[in-house]
Amino acid sequence: MKYTQGKYILLEKKAIAKQIYDFTILCPDIAQAASEGQFVNILPEGHTLRRPISICGIDREAGTLRIVFMAKGEGTQKLADTPKGANLDIVGPLGHGFAMNEVSGKTIITGGGIGVPPLLPLAKHYGSRAVVILGFRSADAVILKKDFEATGAEVIICTDDGSYGVHGMVTKPLEEEIAEAGQVLSCGPMPMLKAISAVSEAKNVPCQVSLEERMGCGVGACLVCACRVKKNGEERFGHVCKDGPVFDSKEVMW
Amino acid sequence: MADLSVKVAGVEFKNPVIPASGVFGYGREYEEFYSLSRLGGISTKGTTGQMRTGNLAPRIAETPMGMLNSVGLQNPGIDRFISHELPNLMQKDTVIIANIAGSTPEECAEVAAKLDSTDVHMIELNISCPNVKQGGAAFGVTCEGASSVTRIVRNATKKPLIVKLSPNVTDIASIAKAVEAEGADSVSLINTLLGMRIDINTGRPVLRNNCGGMSGPAVFPIAVRMVWQVANAVSIPVIGMGGISSGRDAIEMMMAGASAVQVGAAIITDPFAPVKIIEEMNQFLDEKGIKSVREIIGSVKPW
Repeated sequence: MKYTQGKYILLEKKAIAKQIYDFTILCPDIAQAASEGQFVNILPEGHTLRRPISICGIDREAGTLRIVFMAKGEGTQKLADTPKGANLDIVGPLGHGFAMNEVSGKTIITGGGIGVPPLLPLAKHYGSRAVVILGFRSADAVILKKDFEATGAEVIICTDDGSYGVHGMVTKPLEEEIAEAGQVLSCGPMPMLKAISAVSEAKNVPCQVSLEERMGCGVGACLVCACRVKKNGEERFGHVCKDGPVFDSKEVMW
Repeated sequence: MADLSVKVAGVEFKNPVIPASGVFGYGREYEEFYSLSRLGGISTKGTTGQMRTGNLAPRIAETPMGMLNSVGLQNPGIDRFISHELPNLMQKDTVIIANIAGSTPEECAEVAAKLDSTDVHMIELNISCPNVKQGGAAFGVTCEGASSVTRIVRNATKKPLIVKLSPNVTDIASIAKAVEAEGADSVSLINTLLGMRIDINTGRPVLRNNCGGMSGPAVFPIAVRMVWQVANAVSIPVIGMGGISSGRDAIEMMMAGASAVQVGAAIITDPFAPVKIIEEMNQFLDEKGIKSVREIIGSVKPW
C-alpha cells in the first residue's frame, strides 16, 4: 500500500448539526486510492497527534474526499475552525476498509452517532439492495438522512428519546430485518457494535464492524491503537489503524 | 552540500538522523513514504526474548506540545525479528540498530547473544522503558542496576553496544559513567519521561496503564540539558534524542554533545520528519559555511 502525505485545500465546509462538520477536500491522489471504510489522518495545526477521520464520500472524478466529523476535543475543534480555502495536512488513505461482498439477500448497513458518516459510501454502493438503519440520540442529532435516502436504499432512523423515527436502538429494526439479510456492515460506539454483532451472529449473518481507538502514526508502526482480536483461535492484539478499522465481528474480543 | 557523515562507536553513518525505537516499527510502513536508504540509521522496535502483547489500550494521549504512550514493548520476540524482519532491514543501505529489552538482565543477554551471530550493525540496550512493570526502568534508575545489566550484555555480544538511558533519575551523568565503565560503546538518551493525564469528565486516567512515557517537543530542553551533562561526563559517543522535530533542533542537540540524533514523536506528527530534518541540517550548515556536521558536535560554548 502506498501512503500519501500532503497539504490539501478545504473546498467546502458546513456545520450540519451541533458540533458536526461536513468538509469537502481537494486531494485527487488520496481520492483515487481511497476505498469504503478507510480513513485519513489529519494534523490540527500546532498539535503533536493527527486525528483519524473516516471517509464519508469519495469522488474520484472531482478528485475530492468528503469527511463528516464531530468537534469533540481541542484537536477536532481546531480542524473544525479551518477556514474554507485553507490547507489541511493529511496522510491517507489509511486502514483496511469494508470488504464489499456481493451477497444474496439484503445488505444491512447500520450504525450510530458519529459512526454514521463512513456508512454513506456503502449505501451508495449497494443502493436499493441495502437497508440502512441509523441511530441517534435525538431528532436534532440526525445527520445525512437525505444523503442516505438519495442512494436508493431503504432508510430507517432510530432515536434514543423517540423524538424522531423509531423510538429505541438500532437493534430493534435490525432484529426484524436480519432474517432476510445476507450481510451486516456497521460503525458506531462499541456497545452498539457489540449488540449488532450479537444479533447478526445469532442468525449466522456475516457482520463487519468498524472500530475506533486513540491512534498515533495511523500506518501500523507505533502500535498504540491496540485492540484484542481472535484469529484462527489465537488471541492477539490487532491494530485499528492497519488491521482495521474494519474487522469481522467474530474476530473482535468484546 | 555539507558532509553529514558521522561515526559512532566505529560505525559509519551517512548522516546523523536515526528514527528512534518504537515509532518506526521495523521500517516497513515508512518505506511506503520514502526510501529508507535516505536515513542515517534505524533503531528498530524494542525486541525481547519472547513475544509480548503489550498493554491494554488506550496507549496514547496528547499533551501540550507532546504525547504520552504506554505501548509496553509489544513485539514478536527476538527469533521472529531475526528470521522475518532483520533480513529485509539489512538490505536497506542504512545502519540497523537492534533495540533490545528484557524483564531480567539474563533475558537481555540472551537476546544480545542471538543478535551477535547476525549482520546487525549495532545493539541498543533499553534499560529505561517506563511502560513495563518488571525490568526496563528498574535496571536503569540505579547505577548498580545499570552496571550489572550492561556487564552481562557486554559479555554476550561483540557488536557495538549502545545503552539507552532513562531520564527518570536523579543524576543521569553518573548512570552514563557507570555503563561506560562496564564497556558500553555509546549511550543514547533520553528515553521518555514518566507522565500521566486524567480525563476530568470520567475521573479516569487517559492511558489504560495509568502512566506512560512523555515525548515530543515539550521535553526537548530537558533532553538537551541531559545530553550536555552526559557528554561532559563520559568519553564514549552520545546519541541525543527527546523532542527533536526540526533540523535546528538536531543541530542544537549535536552542539550539546550528541554525535548523532534520534527522532521519535516527530515521526508520528509527520512521517517525513527524519528526511526533512536531514535536509534542514544540510541547509543550516551550508548557510553557515560549515563543511562537516562533525564540527558542531559538542561545540556549545557554555557561559
